[in-house]
Amino acid sequence: MSLQQHDMLPLDGNAAGGLLRELFALDLTTAEITCGGCGTAAPIGAIRVYGGAMGAIMRCAHCDTAVLRIAHTPAGLWFDMHGARRLFVAASEV
Amino acid sequence: MIQMDRTLAPPRLRWMTAEVREVIDETPRVRSLVLHLPEWPGHKAGQHVDVRLTSEDGYQAQRSYSIASPPQPGMVTLTVERLEDGEVSSYLAGDVRAGDKFELRGPIGGYFVWTPALGGPLFLVAGGSGIVPLMAMLRHRATANSDVPATLLYSSRNFDDIIYRAELENLAGQGVTVVHTLTRAQPEGWRGLSRRIDRAMLDSTGFAPREHPRIFICGPTPMVEAAASDLRDLGHAPNLIKTERFGPTGR
Repeated sequence: MSLQQHDMLPLDGNAAGGLLRELFALDLTTAEITCGGCGTAAPIGAIRVYGGAMGAIMRCAHCDTAVLRIAHTPAGLWFDMHGARRLFVAASEV
Repeated sequence: MIQMDRTLAPPRLRWMTAEVREVIDETPRVRSLVLHLPEWPGHKAGQHVDVRLTSEDGYQAQRSYSIASPPQPGMVTLTVERLEDGEVSSYLAGDVRAGDKFELRGPIGGYFVWTPALGGPLFLVAGGSGIVPLMAMLRHRATANSDVPATLLYSSRNFDDIIYRAELENLAGQGVTVVHTLTRAQPEGWRGLSRRIDRAMLDSTGFAPREHPRIFICGPTPMVEAAASDLRDLGHAPNLIKTERFGPTGR
């Protein structure tokens, strides 16, 4: 199976696991993220991801707010989390 | 200054070199690659890897692929479907030969995973090559001698597109219920289902919500979203339904 990039169809946050592991020591796909727009909380592995290896936008399933954005550019790696209110990592994952 | 104890930190995800040991034709468009990775730490069923190919002029292409094999150190099997104009899959499911090497990193993702400790019953719903991470779960169930009841509902276009067909037949005798549905064409005498996965099919083949089945759905995005929505409507708890979408369906 391949997790393919596509302009319109989303993948799961799970597909962004590799990108996130470039930044974080822990696996964040099981972490719960709370949307800054509507307050809905969901595991990152369950939220919708648009993008691919060079960058991704993760959107809230409830209100479509861009909760996390990550991008590789020639200058470096960008991580924009202004659409997220908080991140929760269960004790079993720390 | 405080010195961090690096030995306690999880290993950083880094690229390693995979060597192709064996190439197995699964269907006319799908191949499995048995890879040797000396540094591979093992994985959980359902996890994936990133594969990176670099051409002679330095151009790189990267894709994610589900792991098909059960947890095992040093070895990983990927199953890859050849996509039209897929710049990575055209190699992995086309020209690749035993002895070839390429870069790979993983295992990635702890969300869409099943371990025997998670228990069951297990209801797996696959569309096309979405079978791959679910096959890793069924293989792990077998290698771990787990006796949790498991049902696989597997949608393919045609009979010849069914991946792992013979192996699934064998699993059917080991506490696994395998239900095939063929959406495009059916061979003469076909006694399985012959339509896309729908709510009635999920209701009649799956476990009842009161049995609290662990549900894993993998396939094209529209199929996954429809099945997840139908299962929630049938009364299954949303936190027991895990999905992995793999994008477009036009293949």
